[in-house]
Amino acid sequence: MIEIGLGHYLTLAAIIFTIGIIGIFLNRKNVIIILMSIELILLAVNINLVSFSIYLQNLVGQVFTMFILTVAAAEAAVGLAIIVIYYKNKGSINVEQISSLKG
Amino acid sequence: MEYLIVLLPLFGSIISGFFGKKLGAKTCQVLTTLLVFISAILSLFIFYKVFAQNYSSNKLIFRWISSGDFQVNWSIYVDSLTSVMLVVVSSISAIIHFYSIGYMSQDPHKPRFMAYLSLFTFAMLALVTADNFLQLFFGWEGVGLCSYLLIGFWFKKPKANAAAVKAFIVNRVGDFGFAIGIFLIFFFYGTVNYNEVFQQTPLLAQKEIIFLGLEFNLITLICLLLFIGAMGKSAQILLHTWLPDAMEGPTPVSALIHAATMVTAGVFLVVRCSPIFEYSQTALNTVALVGMITAFFAATVALVQNDIKKIIAYSTCSQLGYMFFAAGIGAYHVAIFHLFTHAFFKALLFLGSGCVIHSFNEEQDIRSMGGVWKKIPYTYALMVVGTLALTGFPFLSGYYSKDAIIEFAYLRDTNIGYSAVVVGIFTALLTAIYSWRLVFKTFHGKYNNKENNLSSIHESPLTMLIPSFLLAIGAVFAGVLFKEIFIGHDSTQFWSSSILFLESIQHDLPPIWLLVLTPTLVVVAIPVAYYLFIANEKILNNFVLKNKTLYNFLINKWYFDELYNFIFVEPLKKVGLFFWKKGDVNTIDRYGPDGLSRLIKIISDKAVHFQSGYLYHYAFVMLIGFSILLTYLILY
Repeated sequence: MIEIGLGHYLTLAAIIFTIGIIGIFLNRKNVIIILMSIELILLAVNINLVSFSIYLQNLVGQVFTMFILTVAAAEAAVGLAIIVIYYKNKGSINVEQISSLKG
Repeated sequence: MEYLIVLLPLFGSIISGFFGKKLGAKTCQVLTTLLVFISAILSLFIFYKVFAQNYSSNKLIFRWISSGDFQVNWSIYVDSLTSVMLVVVSSISAIIHFYSIGYMSQDPHKPRFMAYLSLFTFAMLALVTADNFLQLFFGWEGVGLCSYLLIGFWFKKPKANAAAVKAFIVNRVGDFGFAIGIFLIFFFYGTVNYNEVFQQTPLLAQKEIIFLGLEFNLITLICLLLFIGAMGKSAQILLHTWLPDAMEGPTPVSALIHAATMVTAGVFLVVRCSPIFEYSQTALNTVALVGMITAFFAATVALVQNDIKKIIAYSTCSQLGYMFFAAGIGAYHVAIFHLFTHAFFKALLFLGSGCVIHSFNEEQDIRSMGGVWKKIPYTYALMVVGTLALTGFPFLSGYYSKDAIIEFAYLRDTNIGYSAVVVGIFTALLTAIYSWRLVFKTFHGKYNNKENNLSSIHESPLTMLIPSFLLAIGAVFAGVLFKEIFIGHDSTQFWSSSILFLESIQHDLPPIWLLVLTPTLVVVAIPVAYYLFIANEKILNNFVLKNKTLYNFLINKWYFDELYNFIFVEPLKKVGLFFWKKGDVNTIDRYGPDGLSRLIKIISDKAVHFQSGYLYHYAFVMLIGFSILLTYLILY
């Protein structure tokens, strides 16, 4: 039985982070998936913060985690609201079709 | 009073130039004419004061430049020479303002025209009232500018524009010499004020300087450079080509600027600088020589020209030559006297030819005129008076001044003096022939105009005839009345300090044959001219056919324009074209602004592909950028 240490937590966080990143690029379908991927990235960061907080015996990390969770919730709410409005206007939230930034 | 003389025309010019549209053409014409008339009357008054009381003054307007030792004022300097010029400039200008009301009645731009005329009058008055070379130069350039504006007044005529540009550029050549002359004066004298310069001149008379690797006498060099300026303005040979072309401008302009006033500025300059010129015999001889060549050259060309105004223009050129050789042989006062009388009769001739052109509906070719002297008797009479005065018919103004030049040259008793006598008499004969040719071809013989009916030929309006009549009075009496004052026994007293004569003037009588010779020739020329040009044209036609080369040589004005085209204009055009096409367009533009803009366009065309509009692309770029930044920060 191996001891679960800091390294494992960091590895897990890195894996989740990478999944999040790749989710953004490889996603060709839905804007919601992008939002979810961002959420994943933020969670990976949270894991990092918490594990370091325990490792270093310092509570500041966990305080930041609480902040990040709050901000992430707010961001998710705003993001979803944008998506709803966008869908109402354009009738689609397909990533492939969203390119009005091209000008 | 002096202030009013100089500034009233400027005032009129500003009012009519800037507020002409609001005030209306009529108001502008009356206003400017009135102001110049006031100025003319005041000038006469000043002249009387100078004559009666030997009055002279130097009124300061304000300090112009004050930089260390360099002090230049705007001022109004009045002495006898200036007073004569004041009378000539302002009175002729007033008359021509008046004449313009009639002549320009069909023109849509009357206020502009009157503004230019008044501005010219102001500049000319500033020129003659200067007390230093810098203000003189200001007036000099001012009249040049107005001449340019007025020649090109009918800006829709390409020929008028070309003539205006030509006048400006040819004058630039002269002004270049003039400016260097002024620089030299300042460099060696440390001042440009007349009084100080003239006082120091005797001290510097022997000074030699190195200029362009050659050794010159300082005074000679200064005089020659100043004279180059005078040659440009007064259309002397080599720099004369602009004057005949300048006839493209309206006729009042030709009368005022290119006959009576501006072109005589060169003569004025030489006379004004007599205290310098007197110390350089070389310069004086050059002046005399150039004057003689011009007088002869222009008279020969005038013999065969067909444009009524060009004939008179060449005649002006020739008479200016007279003035210069008079000055060159030391007869400054006679030169000014001739300038004075010439202003009247030459302006009269121009105004008369303006009336003729008006009567013939803008026809200027004397071959298409003739036989109309009964239809336009007043114009005819005025032209005859002008011609008689110009040719020096006894007891008219030209007789006194022109013969005085010849007599004075004879009394000089030098080689240059005798050659001046020969040239003077011969040119007087030529003058008589071409002047009468003009009159006979215009008014006598068959009626040759195909475009206008004989019945449509009409006399000019009173606004044109009255000014011409005033000038005719001047042309008849200016000689008799002012002879004693200008060149009589007491004339040195009148000129007092304004003209310097190193050698005292002789008043001996020349031999009687000389006194009689010129008037006789002039009188005999009248029937001869009538016979050749009207009664028996065949003789002349045969002569022309036999001497085709000579005729072509003369009618092409000694090929001066062609020569200049070949030497200066064409090569310069080629050089200009080279720099434009190869230098500017193909090098600077190509690799400079055009090249840069093309480069930016290429890059931006590439960069456009970057902006796909897809969110995941942007995120990807952000991430890549972030990683690179992070890598950089960690590694270094």
